[in-house]
Amino acid sequence: MKKPDSLQGTLDLLVLKILSRRPRTHGYGIMAAARDCSDDLLRVEEGSLYPALYRMEEAGWIRAEWIKKDTGRRARVYELTAAGKKQLGIEESRWQSASAAINQVLRTV
Amino acid sequence: MSLWSRVANAVRGEQLSREIAEEMESHIAEAVEQGRDPDEARRALGYNYQLRQQTETSYEIRTVGWLELLRADILFGWRQLKRNQVTSTVAILSLALAMGACIGAFRLMDALLWRPLPVANAERLYALSREAFDLQGKPIRSEMWAYPSFSLMRDAVKDQAELIAVSPAIRTDLTYGSGQDMEKANVQYVSGSMFQAFGLQPALGRLLAENDDRTPGSHPYAVLSYDYWTQRFGQDPRIVGRTMRYGKELYEITGVVNGPFTGTDPGTMTDIFLPAMMHPLVTRSDASWVRTLVLIQSDTALEPLRQRLSAISRAFEQERAKGFTGADKIFFQKIIDATLLIEPAGAGISSLQDEYRNALGILGVLVAMVLLIACANVANLKMAQSAMRSREMALRVAIGAGRGRLVQMLLVENAMLAVLAACLGGLFAWRSAPLVVTMIQSYDSPVRLLLSMDWRVGGFGVGLVFCVLLLFGVLPALRASAVKPVSALKGGDDDPHSRRRLMHGMIAAQVAFCFLVIFMSGLFVRTFESLSNKPLGFSPENLLLLDVVAQPGQPPVVWDQIADNLRIVPGVERVAIAGWPLLSGAEWNNFVSVAGGTPSPMVTYLLAISPGWSETMKIPLLGGRDFRPGDTAPGQAIVNQSFVKTFFGGKNPLGKTFQERENHYQVVGLVADAPYANLRDAIVPVAYIPFHEVNAQGVAQPETQETFLVRTSGSNPLASVLRQAIPQARAGFRVSDLRTQSYLVRAQTVRERLLAMLAAFFSFVALLLAAIGLYGVLNYSLQQREREFGIRIAVGARIADIAWQATSRIFLMVMTGAVIGAALGIVSVRYVETLLYGVKGSDPVMLTGPALVLLAIALLSALPVIARASRIDPKIMLRAQ
Repeated sequence: MKKPDSLQGTLDLLVLKILSRRPRTHGYGIMAAARDCSDDLLRVEEGSLYPALYRMEEAGWIRAEWIKKDTGRRARVYELTAAGKKQLGIEESRWQSASAAINQVLRTV
Repeated sequence: MSLWSRVANAVRGEQLSREIAEEMESHIAEAVEQGRDPDEARRALGYNYQLRQQTETSYEIRTVGWLELLRADILFGWRQLKRNQVTSTVAILSLALAMGACIGAFRLMDALLWRPLPVANAERLYALSREAFDLQGKPIRSEMWAYPSFSLMRDAVKDQAELIAVSPAIRTDLTYGSGQDMEKANVQYVSGSMFQAFGLQPALGRLLAENDDRTPGSHPYAVLSYDYWTQRFGQDPRIVGRTMRYGKELYEITGVVNGPFTGTDPGTMTDIFLPAMMHPLVTRSDASWVRTLVLIQSDTALEPLRQRLSAISRAFEQERAKGFTGADKIFFQKIIDATLLIEPAGAGISSLQDEYRNALGILGVLVAMVLLIACANVANLKMAQSAMRSREMALRVAIGAGRGRLVQMLLVENAMLAVLAACLGGLFAWRSAPLVVTMIQSYDSPVRLLLSMDWRVGGFGVGLVFCVLLLFGVLPALRASAVKPVSALKGGDDDPHSRRRLMHGMIAAQVAFCFLVIFMSGLFVRTFESLSNKPLGFSPENLLLLDVVAQPGQPPVVWDQIADNLRIVPGVERVAIAGWPLLSGAEWNNFVSVAGGTPSPMVTYLLAISPGWSETMKIPLLGGRDFRPGDTAPGQAIVNQSFVKTFFGGKNPLGKTFQERENHYQVVGLVADAPYANLRDAIVPVAYIPFHEVNAQGVAQPETQETFLVRTSGSNPLASVLRQAIPQARAGFRVSDLRTQSYLVRAQTVRERLLAMLAAFFSFVALLLAAIGLYGVLNYSLQQREREFGIRIAVGARIADIAWQATSRIFLMVMTGAVIGAALGIVSVRYVETLLYGVKGSDPVMLTGPALVLLAIALLSALPVIARASRIDPKIMLRAQ
């Protein structure tokens, strides 16, 4: 597992947070949620979202399941695992301290 | 995602790709539903370029990278193996044969020599033996002890170790009903304390205990092995309390041992355990019949224990020697001076082990040699193949393959080869090892070994695969991956000479091993020949042997009457009676003194016979007369030529007397020499005495067991008639065994036949492999040098020159190999000397034979190559290039 760089950390945080609010969401749903909740300010690229999902699945933070939608099409939905919930806590506090640190820098310099 | 699911993902790669693709499709559909333009959505996902990459990164995350590569390597390796079908088949078959032989040999050796007994603390089990030197200075070993000596030793070291007495397993007659329903079973006398010491539990009833070691003759209890209980009684739980008659004694069956324990005699499975106290010789100081096992406590040092035991044993023998005088005394001093040895016996201890330990060891070396030959062969084949593939390798390197990847790829291919060969070989071993066991069967004591295919064999197989891979796989893989792309792609081989040198070295090694295998098998075949062609001095054809027992014993005249009854059976020519047949292995010897002198230093062998014995055996009577009905023992004797030479200096023995113990005999006849107990020994002095044994008062003694020798007029099936005729002639008599004298003669050479057959088989395999290897290398070097030869022919070289050019180095290698092999053979022959008979390892014929065979094989495998070289047409050749 690579070191979490800040960008990746952010994406993970977003995805985990969205999944904690709306369990059993598919990839597109996560993307849409990120956009909607941030009033179109944040965009998650498809090209990063899916690898991130697989990576987190591999890490055991989220688990996936195929469901059949009303349209008849199969969709893969994700939800948090216990480890994922813990990870979300870690990511959140890391974000808090990082953003606090950056804010402090912006204020003082 | 667990490791397992990743492994699973690697295996089902395609399904995974499909799943990812489906998820992407579902994503796009969702986007379209939300009102996005499908094309735009696709572009966002980067369908053409991005998706592929994305799927692949996604995919790589969901599998273990190297595992996927391994899968690819296996598929590719399989394709390579299939592409070179002939080479692969040859490689797999030759490796399979060699590996199978190795696994088979391992199974045999493991079952007989190494596998720990299924008891607790087998690793702490030792056995005592004595090593002394006989009068000729040759070492003699004995593992047998007199029971009183054993019990002294046991009591003395009680605090350090537990001593357990076990007799060898004996195949014998016993009955669960009347005397008419006798049957055979393997019986072993053991210390009562054995079961507890070995941590054995009863499946039923009770086992023997220390209390059964108290008083001689008063513990008539028997314990059955689980295997026997199952086979003979179908696990009948009512067996406890039933009685069994063996000899004069009636035993009560007290229980059944749980588990696979069948005694301490590998090769014989004990059916019934009896307390050592019930053995008829248990109180005798002069009869050695028990083996002494030592179960040491985990903190006991061996050497002090050995010294304590040695002192007790020595004191015992010294006490015993007090009554001896003369030659007996000199002989006995040797026994007193014997060294006591304590050796690991976790695998049990049996005479079969002693008999076959060396032979199996040699067999192991031979199969290892065949394996080395096969490995050298496959390495050469692979190396030649990699020459063909050097362009492919160069291309791979040129587009960025690392050397590690190339080596992995080639190793995977080779490993597949080795595993396939091992599987085939395992199959071969599974079939062949029991076959070898049936070959060492003797008629009256079936050899039974637990030949299980368990983790020990499995582990050996896996180890073998790694060894083999190391031997044939690594070098060619390294060699092939060290390709220099520039020169290889330009069309030339990078360094043909180094590769060819390596291949030539392998050829020399192969020939050396091959020489050794052929040399050894030559020795064994000669040994078998000289033993089986040895003049017997009697005629074994059409001679039936009936071992007859009488319960209770009957006086000799009754036995004579039965012989008379047999004489009138149609087809019977002659009938005689003897204590036991010649060459049955049974023997009775003692010191004799001639003309009232002191006993001679050489022992004389004795055999009790009836009148007409020498005629029935067709042993010529050279002087004097045969026994008459009135002759008795002591009283009259017939001696052989060797006896006359030893004791009467070759002078006429008739009328002379000799003394064995307190018995006096007068020589009335002289017969020609014949082997006594076994074929290998030199002819021994034999005194034949009448089986009419009388005591000091001249009263005839009852006999319980004799052998009837029946010479028949042809090979008509008289066996069953005779078997019935004896109990009909007289109640209480019963045939316990029916053999033929020819069978006993053949049984003398069972081990030699086995070694000769297997060694001959392996030398055939070795030759075949060597021929294939030689052909392969010759063919390869011809291919490499075709261009050169074309030019040579174009500028006027003759075919003979070309042939010489193409093959001279190989022949040099064959010579080198043969010389090395001969040297190895001369050095190693002393390790097999004990197994040889009538042949010397230094015999030049034995050394030149294999050399000639190898040369012939080399020529034979060179012929097609020379033929091809002679057909090289320079015009076509040079134009093609």
